Amino acid sequence: MGLDTSRRGFLKGGSVALGAAALPFLKFMPAQAAGDDVVVVVMGQTINSLDLHRTGTNRPSYQVAVNCYDRLVSFGTKTMPDGSLSYDYSTIVPELAQSWTVSEDGKVITFKLKPEAVFQDGSKVTAEDVKWSFDRAVSVGGFPTTQMAAGGLLRPDQFAAVDEETFTVTLDKPSKLALPDLAVPVPFVLNSKIAKQHVTDADPWAMEYVHKNTIGSGAYKVVRWDPGQQLVYERNDKWTGGPLPGAKRVVLREVPSQATRRALIERGDVQMSWNIPNKDASELDGKVEVYSTPIENAIYVVSLNYNFEPFQDPDVRKAVAYAIPYEEIFKTAAYGRGVPMWGGSGIETIDWPQPSPYVFDLDKAREHLEKSAFAGGFDVPFSIDLGQSDWMEPTALLIQEQLAKLGITSTIDKIPGANWRTASLVEKRLPLALETFGGWLNYPCYYFFWAYQEGHLFNSSNYANPEIEQLVGETLDLPVEHPDYAPKVKRMFEIAFEDLPRIPLFQPALSVAMNGATGYEYWFHRELDARKLAKG
Amino acid sequence: MNRRLRAVLSRLAQALPVILGVVLVSFLLTRALPGDPAAYFAGDAADAASIEETRVKLGLDRSMPEQFGLYVLQLAQGDLGQSLTTGQPVVEELARRLPASLELTLVALLVSCGIAVPLGVLAATRPGSWIDHACRLLVTAGVSLPTFFTGVALIYVFYYLTGWAPSPLGRLDFIYLEPPSVTGFFLIDAALAGDAETWFAALRQLILPAATLALFTLAPIARMTRAAMLSALSSDYIRTARAAGLTSRKILFGYAFRNALLPVVTTLGMVFSFTLGANVLVEKVFAWPGIGSYAVEALVASDYAAVQGFVLCMALLFVALNLVIDLAYSMIDPRIGFDSK
Amino acid sequence: MNTMTEIPPAKTALAEPQAPPVRSKGALDHVIYVLRDNPVTLLAFAMFAVLMAAAVLGPSLVPYDPLATNASEALQPPSAAHWFGTDNLGRDVFSRAVVATRLDLLISVAAVALSFVIGSALGAAAGYWGGWLDIALSRVLDTIMAFPLFVLAMGIVAALGNTIENIVYATAIINVPFYARLVRAEVNIRREAGFALAAKLAGNTDLRVLALHIFPNALPPMMVQVSLNLGWAILNAAGLSFIGLGVRPPTAEWGIMVAEGANFIVSGEWWLAIFPGLCLMFAVFTFNLLGDGLRDMVDPRRRT
Repeated sequence: MGLDTSRRGFLKGGSVALGAAALPFLKFMPAQAAGDDVVVVVMGQTINSLDLHRTGTNRPSYQVAVNCYDRLVSFGTKTMPDGSLSYDYSTIVPELAQSWTVSEDGKVITFKLKPEAVFQDGSKVTAEDVKWSFDRAVSVGGFPTTQMAAGGLLRPDQFAAVDEETFTVTLDKPSKLALPDLAVPVPFVLNSKIAKQHVTDADPWAMEYVHKNTIGSGAYKVVRWDPGQQLVYERNDKWTGGPLPGAKRVVLREVPSQATRRALIERGDVQMSWNIPNKDASELDGKVEVYSTPIENAIYVVSLNYNFEPFQDPDVRKAVAYAIPYEEIFKTAAYGRGVPMWGGSGIETIDWPQPSPYVFDLDKAREHLEKSAFAGGFDVPFSIDLGQSDWMEPTALLIQEQLAKLGITSTIDKIPGANWRTASLVEKRLPLALETFGGWLNYPCYYFFWAYQEGHLFNSSNYANPEIEQLVGETLDLPVEHPDYAPKVKRMFEIAFEDLPRIPLFQPALSVAMNGATGYEYWFHRELDARKLAKG
Repeated sequence: MNRRLRAVLSRLAQALPVILGVVLVSFLLTRALPGDPAAYFAGDAADAASIEETRVKLGLDRSMPEQFGLYVLQLAQGDLGQSLTTGQPVVEELARRLPASLELTLVALLVSCGIAVPLGVLAATRPGSWIDHACRLLVTAGVSLPTFFTGVALIYVFYYLTGWAPSPLGRLDFIYLEPPSVTGFFLIDAALAGDAETWFAALRQLILPAATLALFTLAPIARMTRAAMLSALSSDYIRTARAAGLTSRKILFGYAFRNALLPVVTTLGMVFSFTLGANVLVEKVFAWPGIGSYAVEALVASDYAAVQGFVLCMALLFVALNLVIDLAYSMIDPRIGFDSK
Repeated sequence: MNTMTEIPPAKTALAEPQAPPVRSKGALDHVIYVLRDNPVTLLAFAMFAVLMAAAVLGPSLVPYDPLATNASEALQPPSAAHWFGTDNLGRDVFSRAVVATRLDLLISVAAVALSFVIGSALGAAAGYWGGWLDIALSRVLDTIMAFPLFVLAMGIVAALGNTIENIVYATAIINVPFYARLVRAEVNIRREAGFALAAKLAGNTDLRVLALHIFPNALPPMMVQVSLNLGWAILNAAGLSFIGLGVRPPTAEWGIMVAEGANFIVSGEWWLAIFPGLCLMFAVFTFNLLGDGLRDMVDPRRRT
């Protein structure tokens, strides 16, 4: 009668199930997955969506767009001095489009799609799919739309599907950035027929579905995604964008601890470790294969905020520039991986990045500080990003030590995760900080557009200079070969080194370790392009 | 029977204000975190205007009481919101990750008991001897090191240097499929599915992290066992048993040990709840996809929904656990009532 | 007629207990006895003395400036010049470890002292006056204890910012329930005891009775808890550093040294983590053993 809560009943009773509800998961991987054609990759970041266009998708997730979807065009490949492969920004090669023509006035680009291109489900890739995908990219807002805008791709009315295999892009004005912008991960082509089956009023672009399913024509498809743990790519044998990858399956495992990742790659239990710290790169070199590629159009800098009174004085800024121990920083933060960006002897070329004229010279620093109105020094908080502490912390500590000798006392403020971008780039409220920016399109005017123009996102210094505004506007519209381009760009460099809102430290390198696999290719987006990977 | 039932229900009723308190505190705590989820959600290249838009969309521009009301409403429907960093519903993630942490903690406790209880009994039978002191030193040493340090040291010695332990890649080497999910515990699920290979694989991955945790929990269990055994051994009924001529083995295991169990069970409960929170660090080192590592990532990223969901889940677990312990206590020892002060 | 019977003198009563012939053995003798009987406790006291010496004298005796970097000497193994080797910025690990003693002891002592004071006050009040105060306090304590403690500390520091003060506050808050509960129970038991009632009758206010008569009796079990908590507070700070919520660089603190050093173990630079780790272990070990010893000293019945 009633519940048998007696002692006897309890002690005789069975065990209590402590588990939680069962969760659906994909059971696609057959037990004999450990074969000769599986490559295991470990990384410290996490993938939070399979859809690059979705709001809140983080940068590591962009690799899904690269590996599982095609674009109209792509960049070519070149071989680096150390034998590794890298994308070649100077050549554009066909991917989904087999050929293209540019109109006389440079405003209309007509693409002819490959007739044999098919999606992973076998259906043909048509210009209609391309139009739907491009409309999606410019309509969803956020980063994808901003990136499309960089190439002059702003509105759906610029895109037209002329017939099944012909697609046109009409620009408002000719731009050297348009074609390269079509090769970045953002304008990927989805299977609009499948996507449209999952469209609702609240979700006109099928974001919910594409978030968890890959419906592209790319080299791989995602067969399993355990968020926070692993992602499994399986080769798409119908791929037409290039030679089929050697790896039949690529398993991406997320391992947060850096020490653990190192142990794994050294023992060869995984074949690739992505984005390893500089120290590991310099020490593992020789034991396993390590590729360190300087990241194009990227610099690690010290950002001086013009809203902070002492930094409004050019002599104070120069004092800081002379007080930075560049060599020591390059040794302890970069471990020699990367390219030094100090001690330059003058602006000869339009290569960017290039070294600033400053060196570590405490006497010169003192001279400049004495000339300024802040000869007695001042207090300043020195902010760094918790997520980038591996290079930011030693760098900040070394700079802090030297600045103290000038009377500039700083306290190191480690800002975590979500707050860093807001504080540094959106609110632009950090007086002294370490910053970094790498432009996807490898032109100096592109870098200056983002980092030196007033109010633009990566201009964390609140820097505003009318001459820069004018020069950037002009150079963006000029092709590189134009006679005016080089002098204008050099003038921009001059101003940058004189005004010093950003003091260059060094050009960082992306380091990847391989042990038992081949086919690493460096890309500007710094994520894994697995399309050439093979085991052995 | 009815008295018991009523006691259980009244205990549950007492737990209600605690649950409410937990909900409130977790809400306030996450709102106090630095970081702007609107900025995070708005994406990489967002400017101030689109962030503001996102803020409105997420309902973050409303007043605190309004937000709290919304939160409680969602809670009542079982909706814990969506995680920013992973883009998944928090409920799903918690449901997937909780068994991972529970399995690790339970196995660690099993191992720990297997070592600590005999040690405690041994020390109790020879109080004051060098064995007693050695046991005390040993277990105290285990609890004096931070768990992440022990974890990394174990990885270094047993995986990196000697290669005895399997690669610390998480719960299961990638070549094995997870067993069909019944409880979420791989050991149980693999056994239910009759899959010996997967069972051994899961066990192998558990060795190092469980050992790290076990080292940390040895001390309280050993000390409590020793204390309880000592007090049991010095009680009247044991003296009677000795006088009656029973062998010391029968005395030890037949009578003293059983009576010493009670305080040990209580300690176990406390240790379990403490460890579940502390395995945050162990999970990070061993890439264990548990609830602890989930919480840390969420906290550092100011991922409101995830942190709130995690805290709530843990608190509810604790309340349930305390209830179970109280029930078990009163079941094992009929002398103990519910309302003892 | 006289009905009153003469009551014989008190010889029929129980014999009076013999007054001790010498002065009673003082507390010091008791301490010495315990120390001799239990060598481990003696060891613990010696270790404690070493810690105090390091904390007080350390910073003035260390060979190198704990904050001075020297990139050319980075990551040197232990040698005659650097007893504990150097870290990745060339700083001397020995100097940093010794100087960290002061900070770590400060953090743990401050946190535990704070939680001791607050917990005792709250618990004593709840135990003595009872009623709605007791109920409210119990619910609040239950709520705090319902959170996984380390996660609560993480949350508080993340919310308030990682300064040393906030770490102290966070550690203090999560320890309050232990003391409050303990004091509440002890005060509750003794509330109706003879000596307490007598003190009240003698005209003392409630507050005086509570503070001067009842509370000191609750002290013995608290002492043990205090020393155990000291060790735990240091480990807590270390854990926070591992997550990234500990003290700010370049401050020398054992936890952050171990947390950062843990990444170097796999590449073979073991000295960055091992030495601060050993110091940490030494301190926590000392406090744990001390707790046992103190328990033996103040309340031998509760020996474990």
